[in-house]
Amino acid sequence: MIGQALDRRDGTFKVTGRAAYSYERQDAGQAAHGYMVGAAVAKGRIVAIDVAMARRAPGVALVMTHQDVAPQGARDGTVAEQFARPWPVLIGDEVAFFGQPVALVVADTFEQARAAAALVVVTYATDAGAFDLAAHRGEAYTPKMAAAGFPADTCFGDLDRAMADTPVNVDVTYTTPHHFAQPMEPAACLASWNGDDLAVCVSVQGIAACRNALARTLLIAPERVHVDAAFVGGGFGSKLRLHEETVLAALASRRLQRPVKVAHTRRQVFNIAGHGPEMIHRVRLAARRDGTLLGIGHDVNMQGARREEYVEQAATVLRSLYAAPHRLTRHRVTNLDLNLGEAVRGPGEAPGLLAVESAMDELAIALDLDPIELRIRNEPDLDPERRVSFSGRRLVECMREGASRFGWAARPRRPASRREGDVLVGFGMSASIRACFQGATAAIVRMEPDGRVIVKSDMTDIGTGTLTILAQVAAGALNVPIAGVSVQLARSDLPVSAGSGGSWGASNTCNAVYRACDDLRRKVMGPASLWGREADLASEVARRFPDGVEGEGILPGMQDDPNYKEYSVNTYGANFAEVGVDVTTGEVRLRRMLGVFCAGRIVNPKTARSQVIGGMIWGVGAALHEAAHVDPRYGNFVNGDLAEYLVPVHADIPAIDAIMLDDFDDKANPLGIKGVGELGICGSGAAVANAVFNATGIRVRDFPITIEKLLPGLPVR
Amino acid sequence: MSSNVGRRTFLKTTAAAVLAATESGSNLQAVNAQTIAKASSAAPTRLTVNGNDLTVDLDSRTTLLDALREHLQLTGTKKGCDQGQCGACTVLVEGRRINSCLTLAVMHDGQAITTIEGLGTPDKLHPLQRAFVAHDGFQCGYCTPGQIMSAAGVLDEVSRGVPSHVTRDLTAAVRLNDTELRERMSGNICRCAAYPNIVAAIRDVAGYRA
Repeated sequence: MIGQALDRRDGTFKVTGRAAYSYERQDAGQAAHGYMVGAAVAKGRIVAIDVAMARRAPGVALVMTHQDVAPQGARDGTVAEQFARPWPVLIGDEVAFFGQPVALVVADTFEQARAAAALVVVTYATDAGAFDLAAHRGEAYTPKMAAAGFPADTCFGDLDRAMADTPVNVDVTYTTPHHFAQPMEPAACLASWNGDDLAVCVSVQGIAACRNALARTLLIAPERVHVDAAFVGGGFGSKLRLHEETVLAALASRRLQRPVKVAHTRRQVFNIAGHGPEMIHRVRLAARRDGTLLGIGHDVNMQGARREEYVEQAATVLRSLYAAPHRLTRHRVTNLDLNLGEAVRGPGEAPGLLAVESAMDELAIALDLDPIELRIRNEPDLDPERRVSFSGRRLVECMREGASRFGWAARPRRPASRREGDVLVGFGMSASIRACFQGATAAIVRMEPDGRVIVKSDMTDIGTGTLTILAQVAAGALNVPIAGVSVQLARSDLPVSAGSGGSWGASNTCNAVYRACDDLRRKVMGPASLWGREADLASEVARRFPDGVEGEGILPGMQDDPNYKEYSVNTYGANFAEVGVDVTTGEVRLRRMLGVFCAGRIVNPKTARSQVIGGMIWGVGAALHEAAHVDPRYGNFVNGDLAEYLVPVHADIPAIDAIMLDDFDDKANPLGIKGVGELGICGSGAAVANAVFNATGIRVRDFPITIEKLLPGLPVR
Repeated sequence: MSSNVGRRTFLKTTAAAVLAATESGSNLQAVNAQTIAKASSAAPTRLTVNGNDLTVDLDSRTTLLDALREHLQLTGTKKGCDQGQCGACTVLVEGRRINSCLTLAVMHDGQAITTIEGLGTPDKLHPLQRAFVAHDGFQCGYCTPGQIMSAAGVLDEVSRGVPSHVTRDLTAAVRLNDTELRERMSGNICRCAAYPNIVAAIRDVAGYRA
């Protein structure tokens, strides 16, 4: 079953509107509606908060502010698992970022709650804030670590000397903007209490992290928190952490002793849900005339926030991508009075590779060398910094296969050399790398006496295809028809997984389910050496296990898996893009795009291709559309809605294809699976950016590449 | 707000829910909100939803979207932005597609509404629903009902000869192609970015070749 392009199991529910997302759940009966009130200043103190009018408004059951909120667990950066940290709300009178929730209004209906929320009158003492990264870049500090366990800095040899000694080098500064996940379902929570037990239907990526974070926040035992995230309308990193809507719904529901549901408005998603922070990237590449790199460097200075440290691992991408004896990668953080940064799809790689893979293109131009050839000449034998072997590195193959399929040989050799009427045409390519992680994951597989199989895991399916691929793995491992396999996911009474996020959900959970199947079969059939007649499994269960039988499977975390110490485990790819740029208007149109990827064994080519294409389109957005802009006077995101924060729409996206190399990485895990959730966005934006340069001869180093940045350089018509 | 506040305090006092550009503007909106809160009233509204004649007592501020989701338990229609920017709430009113978040339910008294639940059922899928599954035209599924209802609207618009921004010849019969389809579907955002698969699904049903 592994490798079959099956339709999504939940497809029928989703296309008929029967899939109930958290705000829509009817489990707890009629819920009251909560509406969050956000701070109208970015930095300061609440001097007075007048809730009298709101309390008197029709239908209002509760107005909660910092003056009457229940005690909660304090923020605690020492909790090792970032996503399980407490997230207290309405604590004190301090305002730390624009839109920070300062009150919750609960009423019988949404209309009543929204209207009453507008009657909460808050008086602030406003402090001057720092909002502009470029202006404050000199105040950056050196963090102890980057996110995901990476060292903040690495240094080998002497990059400055390599830059001085080599004939061809690039020393360029790129900027990547505040970037938002913006899943289509705004984060929401429906909370209800039964005695001391809290039930939440919530849109999150990880069940156990949500349970633990909520328990720590509410100061109750984790066992008292029951989490259900049956359907989640996208996450892309923004639903990894607990957020205000969930804590507020839980607190209000406890106060009122009735179910309460709270959702972000779309504008609140921009204020509350966390963003990939703005970054300034200095990339240095020092090469010989033949293109051999002697030095590479990536310095990243990013926005931070004082209340907690978040260091997106953007300067890690170069650490294993290319060989060079002299290497320097560094993360610096500039704290501003903005919301805390959080993971957004491809954290690290997405902004990091935009800069690095654009700079590699600049070097190829300086050398007058095919950018694919430049990359091939710097292909490392070993991971250059960790000095361990690569597992499943087929980057060169991805580039060659992609070049052949895309027709790379027909590219315009000189920038701004191909014109079709009023359109300048260009080709661009880039390389992709995404680090693989492995998180401790348990699963249970049960076979009933009638042969039905039930797979159990608290793993979520946020659009990733988990429901479908776990059924495929179990059906294949137990040799039973897939129609007889049901999959239970995303509840806190199920075995704990590492959740969805970090491109590890498929590999973690498929392996745990496979091991559970193995365990089940051993319990029924004895040692593996006795197996042979597979069809006997179900009849043996029917004969000898009147109550059914369960197998348990556990995959250790990467820290307990020697392969992750002995090998550098990554996924790879190459992206190719063709763009047309209107010579008069500067409008960039993507014409076609191809990605070729090497990501281990693909469990379901249909769902994997969809995920990878989706990621590539995020790359298009990062290159051409997406940027959240801060008003330097007030510290708010001025374009905080989906009309002003531009994301790719149908008209932006022509034919796009993704090819997955036939692959199996036995070092990654027993099933040879690696994740694809983020690989598509890694580097793809740079392919588009490089195509824009090839079309126009204009190198825009301030992403995204929008019309006003191209117009001054376009040829006179 | 008390009436004896000084101008300075008044200017510093902001209505908290308003994402204000100017402080005085926020106060204006706070005053408006008071008026709105007092003005709310229930009105019986007759709707024909998916062929069923219904009468609902609705707060006049209730959008068609919230009437469907919160009062009729038809949650297949999604709230993605509540401000007409994402298309997740697309339904058909009298056969024409509309962002149901941008219109009040009371404005549709006596009208026929078709939602995703009325287009097809799990046992009897509409061809568009079947094609979305076959072409994997979604991932998380949250924008999907809106995409499908919008596609149903597009196919009808084309059959009626309604041109779009990219229609080259306004005097000739409108023919659907990928460019037309992408233009007409661009009000429906899919953050999973299933666009190529969505287009393939609709193309399949529309019966033209890429």
